[in-house]
Amino acid sequence: MRFDLISRVGAKLFLPFILLFGLYVQFHGDFGPGGGFQAGVIAAAMIILYAIIFGLPAAQRVVPPLVVEIMIPLGVMIYAGTGIAALLKGGNYLNYSTLGHDQVHAQELGILLVELGVLITVAGTMIAIFYAFAGRGR
Amino acid sequence: MTAHLPAIMVVLPLFAALLASLVRRGWAAWAIAFAVSLAMPVIAFTMLIQVLSSGPISYAMGGWAPPIGIEYRIDMLSVFMLLLVSVPAAVMMPFARLSVMSEIDDDKQAWFYSMYLLCLAGLLGIASTGDAFNAFVFLEISSLSSYAMIAMGRDRRALLAAYQYLIMGTIGATFYVIAVGLLYVQTGTLNMVDMAGRLGDIAATRPLFAAIAFLTVGVSLKFALFPLHVWLPNAYAYAPSFTTAFLASTATKTAVYLILRYFYFVFGIGLVFQVQPISDILLILSLAAMFAASTVAVFQDNIKRMLAYSSVAQIGYITLGIGIASMTGLTGGIVHLFNHALIKGALFVAVGAIVYRTGNGRIENFAGIGRRMPLTMAGFVAAGLAIIGVPGTAGFISKWYLALAALEKGWWWVVLALVASSLISVVYIGRVVEAAYFREPTAENAKVGEAPPSMLIPLWLLVAATIYFGIDTSLTVDIAGRAAEALLAGGR
Repeated sequence: MRFDLISRVGAKLFLPFILLFGLYVQFHGDFGPGGGFQAGVIAAAMIILYAIIFGLPAAQRVVPPLVVEIMIPLGVMIYAGTGIAALLKGGNYLNYSTLGHDQVHAQELGILLVELGVLITVAGTMIAIFYAFAGRGR
Repeated sequence: MTAHLPAIMVVLPLFAALLASLVRRGWAAWAIAFAVSLAMPVIAFTMLIQVLSSGPISYAMGGWAPPIGIEYRIDMLSVFMLLLVSVPAAVMMPFARLSVMSEIDDDKQAWFYSMYLLCLAGLLGIASTGDAFNAFVFLEISSLSSYAMIAMGRDRRALLAAYQYLIMGTIGATFYVIAVGLLYVQTGTLNMVDMAGRLGDIAATRPLFAAIAFLTVGVSLKFALFPLHVWLPNAYAYAPSFTTAFLASTATKTAVYLILRYFYFVFGIGLVFQVQPISDILLILSLAAMFAASTVAVFQDNIKRMLAYSSVAQIGYITLGIGIASMTGLTGGIVHLFNHALIKGALFVAVGAIVYRTGNGRIENFAGIGRRMPLTMAGFVAAGLAIIGVPGTAGFISKWYLALAALEKGWWWVVLALVASSLISVVYIGRVVEAAYFREPTAENAKVGEAPPSMLIPLWLLVAATIYFGIDTSLTVDIAGRAAEALLAGGR
């Protein structure tokens, strides 16, 4: 790890922009290509890049395995919870129209929550897979 | 709220699976799983009453009307499957606690229950959905979680067995998707009711036949029809006892449900059984399964493996009923789905209880168990008699209907085959009985005590149901008969 000054500095420069791009893909998903799945993969790629350059222990200090294990079910829970919220508001399961005052607003809120859930679960799963492979034999 | 029951039926176990993985404690996860498993049959019964009184229930997911949106459609056959999955699951949950504690590491138990609940959600989803692609998603949810549940077995061979099942199961799922893709291209819809209607308008051409072929082979892989069964014995033998008991009684059955749904409801009998020679193929493979798998079962030393081969043979009885494609045959096949779920559940719970006490499921390990664990072994014998098809047990009822159906067609040799393959099952059940009752207990077995009540109660509930449905058939045969009638009437 002595001759990798360029990759270390380069990675440090890249990391915030990777996350920013991930968030752009997430929140621009309503209007253009993108959405929770792609954004989740990009966000996880940031952590994976960090782990490759700075080592697995450093990455696991940033995102501990316990957090990852909670992220995976939590995201699905947000997704399913949105459905249940719609159910409790009197609509069918996952009928976003019941979530707000007017149709457009409600649909937007519904898809936003669902995509947030997807983001969390996908990012968590990608990181978990990486940790599982990178942590083998330790 | 009752209008939302079709969604709740699937969402509740799914949400519970997430909770179970978040609590991270084995006992808490078990409590969640137990509570949800108990709620499922209640919901299924409520829907049964609704279906009986007012016909099929249609539920538009997300408020998008079918056929554009995903429709959950609960008809007679669906509700029958919901009961078939949810009732054994609920009965077996008390058994799971101690069995899982003894076979799975503490830190993995919560994940195990999470996988179980996901699998339950998937199986119930397959039975509920009226959407061809949604059914694929649920098929994969249930399969992926069952791979994980199998891989958690104590024996390292469980990993290999799970991997083997993963490969075969994925090929099956891929074939299913190819079939759905072909059907979608031809009909422009994924809704099964809509698809059935539109298939009537299109010419029976090669792409359609290809769809039927892919679907038949793909789903047959999932329910382990005879030459496609190689994944099943290892998976059942090395999986944790509860996994085996749960999967053996429910998972293969839902795949059979899919094939029933497609053959009779989507494609229609004319296309599948008259234009295509599927009836003959099923008949030959069923008979082969009944003999080959039963014979192999006789020579197994591991009792879970023996019962797994017996399952392959029993699947043969079910597909025989599907292949005969008459009212009686179909009723027999569908009843056998349910009866076999109860019987195999009881057998695997009994074996699980003995494994819990003695440590492994090898037949020599059963020496003298009849004296040390009389109640468990008596349950095993009762369920074993049902597998053989002794009158007074549920197994007799389904075989009776199958024999009647064969006679109606004038196929007396099929009846002979049914009886002959039942005689083979006398041999393999007899081997266990011989070891358990007529051999002296080994030094280790002499110390073994009766199974705990949390295992005996599920076992005897299943055994009691096996005997009850062997004497009073009004519930099972009646529902199966109605389902068969609806299937034969078809989607058109």
